[in-house]
Amino acid sequence: MILEALMAAAFVGALTVFLAPDEWAGRLAFVVSLIPFVGSLYLWSGFEAGGNALLGGEIAYATQIEWLEVGGRSVSWFVGLDGISLPLFVLTTFLVPLAILSAWTPVDTRQSQFYGLMLFMEANLLGVFAALDFFLWFVFWEAVLVPMYFLIGIWGGPRRKYAAIKFFVYTNAASLLMFIGFMSLVFALGDSVSSFALPEIAQAIATGDLSAWFGIPPDRIAMVAFLAMFLGFAVKVPIVPFHTWLPDAHVQAPTPASVLLAGVLLKMGTYALLRFNFTMLPEQASMLAVPIAAIAVISVIYGAMLALAQKDLKRIVAYSSVSSMGYVILGLIVFTEYGVGGATFQMVAHGLISGLMFMAVGVIYNVTHTRMVDDMAGMADRMPITVGILVAGAFGYMGLPLMAGFAGEFFIFVGSLSAPALPYAPVFTALAMFGIVIVAGYLLSAMQSTLFGPFELETDYDVGPAAFHDVAPLAVLLVAIIVLGVAPDIFFEMIRDAALPVVEGVTVDG
Amino acid sequence: MVNALPQVAALLPVLLLGFTGLALLLVDTISPDERSNTSMAAVSALGALASLAATVWFVASGTGSVDTGGAITLFADAIKVDTMALFFTAIFASVTALVVVAANDYFHDHANPAAFYSLVTFAATGMALLAVANSLAVVFVALEMVSLPSYVLVAYLKHNRGSVEAGLKYFLVGALSSAIFLFGISLVYAATGSLILADIASAPVEGLAGVLGVGVVMMIGGVAFKTASVPFHFWAPEAYEGAPAPVSAFLSSASKAAGFVVAFRVFTEAFPLELAASANIDWMFAFAVLAAVTMTLGNFAAAVQEEVKRMLAYSSIGHAGYALIGVAALTVDGPANGTVMGAAMAHLLVYGFMNTGAFLFVAMAERWGVGKTFADYAGLWRRAPVASVAMAVFMFSLAGLPPFAGFFSKYFLFQAAIDNGFLWLAGLGAVNSVVSLYYYSRVVKALFLDDPASPSALDTIDVRPTALYAAVVFAAVATVLLLPGFGPVIETAEAAASALF
Repeated sequence: MILEALMAAAFVGALTVFLAPDEWAGRLAFVVSLIPFVGSLYLWSGFEAGGNALLGGEIAYATQIEWLEVGGRSVSWFVGLDGISLPLFVLTTFLVPLAILSAWTPVDTRQSQFYGLMLFMEANLLGVFAALDFFLWFVFWEAVLVPMYFLIGIWGGPRRKYAAIKFFVYTNAASLLMFIGFMSLVFALGDSVSSFALPEIAQAIATGDLSAWFGIPPDRIAMVAFLAMFLGFAVKVPIVPFHTWLPDAHVQAPTPASVLLAGVLLKMGTYALLRFNFTMLPEQASMLAVPIAAIAVISVIYGAMLALAQKDLKRIVAYSSVSSMGYVILGLIVFTEYGVGGATFQMVAHGLISGLMFMAVGVIYNVTHTRMVDDMAGMADRMPITVGILVAGAFGYMGLPLMAGFAGEFFIFVGSLSAPALPYAPVFTALAMFGIVIVAGYLLSAMQSTLFGPFELETDYDVGPAAFHDVAPLAVLLVAIIVLGVAPDIFFEMIRDAALPVVEGVTVDG
Repeated sequence: MVNALPQVAALLPVLLLGFTGLALLLVDTISPDERSNTSMAAVSALGALASLAATVWFVASGTGSVDTGGAITLFADAIKVDTMALFFTAIFASVTALVVVAANDYFHDHANPAAFYSLVTFAATGMALLAVANSLAVVFVALEMVSLPSYVLVAYLKHNRGSVEAGLKYFLVGALSSAIFLFGISLVYAATGSLILADIASAPVEGLAGVLGVGVVMMIGGVAFKTASVPFHFWAPEAYEGAPAPVSAFLSSASKAAGFVVAFRVFTEAFPLELAASANIDWMFAFAVLAAVTMTLGNFAAAVQEEVKRMLAYSSIGHAGYALIGVAALTVDGPANGTVMGAAMAHLLVYGFMNTGAFLFVAMAERWGVGKTFADYAGLWRRAPVASVAMAVFMFSLAGLPPFAGFFSKYFLFQAAIDNGFLWLAGLGAVNSVVSLYYYSRVVKALFLDDPASPSALDTIDVRPTALYAAVVFAAVATVLLLPGFGPVIETAEAAASALF
């Protein structure tokens, strides 16, 4: 019941903060958000599970209560964690308090509603990673969109309406496509499943229970379902060419929303790809291995090139997320222990690093009121600590050893270089590695022109060091990134344990 | 049901509504000085809630359900109380309670608000009677009992041209369709020699199948009018727009559900699927066509509206199309006949809350005098955050977005239709749902994202109508809570509908 308690804490906290007066809504929200964090640490410390939750592994903290039954299929409240979802669960509870801290300075209107929505989103995010029943999962999945829509649309930048609606339309259309894809699988399974529990469905597909439906042969249904779900999740990740909502949403979103958007919401897409496409339909995935790997590499290179062309610090970070997510897709499609495990690890690592970058850019924006690279120079003189952490985070992004980003990318490359399931794996890996060079290129040049050299700023604001509550979350994130880089095994061991069954589902012929 | 009570006690929910109406009328007639807007509203709300409580108690104790001895028939089979009747009565009572509470604020400066409450309560009594009707004669009488107060209610603002015009239009179309319906009944009687539903089903019809067929088609027309389905939908946008908003809420939620209880019960009991197939009176196909056309027309027409109330009127036509799937996606020996009809009933229940809530929000906007169009709603959130959040809940739920009950009710309806082999109908429903997200989200966008036309535009919001707020918030809470609580609802509805097949 502890999972439910943590979600309930976030949810009740959200309601309380909604009703709290603006003066101390931010402080209250921060305190409330520490409850799920402490709770998730407790979950982590007592975590004992083996294997993959969907493929017959042991599920930690599981609860299954029947919700309703219609037409012979039951829907249940079914939550639990395994080695893949626990790290993401912890990542969410860790990032939310920091994101709330980072909102103290910039958010000055309608604060109780703002923090209430943040906590409401956290409750649903936790639900997404914990849910093991399709309907439950889908309810949480969609419920995440609503607070994000309002966070961007109300507290966002000048073009907030456009960005919010684009975000909402893109992700909802994608959800519908994915929903139809998954449902066609359920209908094709017919009477062989009696519920929407993901483990039951995954195992039924693995044992070959798919049958023809409305005259369509099972192979084709599986392929269509795979494509529909892949496209649906691809928008969320996002993968090129479905990424165009992301920079708009990021640039317009207030900093704390950006942090959660990049840090957690994008991981929903890759997490779902892993859970649904690659775990449930590995055969179809390996049939499409080459085109998917090609899309992954294109995302890496193209995202990085786009970042190279940007003049807005936030846009640079936003596009670099597209690039980083490309690595995750590459790691997933190679179907090796290190590939899939590394991809999951990279989700956590990127969540921390991109969170740090967005927060640091936000702190600079708070004092300068501009994010344009050309407008400022020599920020290091005025804000030495913030800039120092930003530089460290950027090196993490570039894959400096002993930081989390290095570990994630290293695992992925180790996994993908020797991938039997993917033809020409070394070629794809080499091309993707080239992306790191571009990352280094744009990050170094952006930092060079904004942070160093003589101080110069094209606005009239008085620039001084940021407040303690702005810098503290940055420092905490940096420490977490280094800890995870030095000792990746604190997560990687359990991730590998849960990723192995997925990899073993793929039979490589020839 | 508690065995100690006489059988007629099964009519308690209907009687409670009827007596409440009579009591209101009595006070209004005998001592007009004693009455007040508030006390009348309170009494009618209490009556509706008592009826709701009785219904829930009966359902919980299994009155009329298959498990406890089957339906209770009264008055020479003219009345039949079963779970389906109780389920629909619960919808009518809930909507009535919400509407009368909201009306207390809406009619705060009306010269004579008292008659409103008795009219609404009598209409609700007619609906509840419709739900238990087991004979075509009772069906017709009950239908008129719903219709006559409804005409008056639509024209209740008698100094408002729009209201009177809407009332007249509604009355003319209503009178015509009543006549058609009655003619249909007489043809059915001519062919079968009976008005009791079960007897109609068992009567031999050789030679007169053609007459029966015409009668069935005419009855479909009557149902289409009451549910505001194509081709008898023209009155709906006019009536809903011109009527006082609480009346629009009442008509589009409760009165529509009343039309569906006729469709669900009369067609499956009087003209069973086997008979329809053997006598070649394929009313299921007729309903399938109506469902397809109704949902498409309603949704696309709603998408081009500029006034919120009119958009809601067309969206209510669209939802009639979804609910018609419950009588359309039926096949002889279909594996999911009970499920699809049960899902349609559950959808009507959820719809009862979310649609009533949406119209009551419009009532609140009319009370404030903020205007009718989407643009007039811009930025309302800044002044009325609670009501705006509630409206967002209604809109997302009507569109069928997952965190709300409308998602489940719509999803299970489509799933059951697919299980019964009606993939095309479900697919069309899904496409229409996507279209609907466009115009529902326009309201949310206006409320939350748009800036008001001028800084003073929101100054008209100078009152906090407590009762309206209470009704809207309650409807929103119900819309949210019906998601986790959907299990008992759908299971009751499925069992109730399955008993008909």
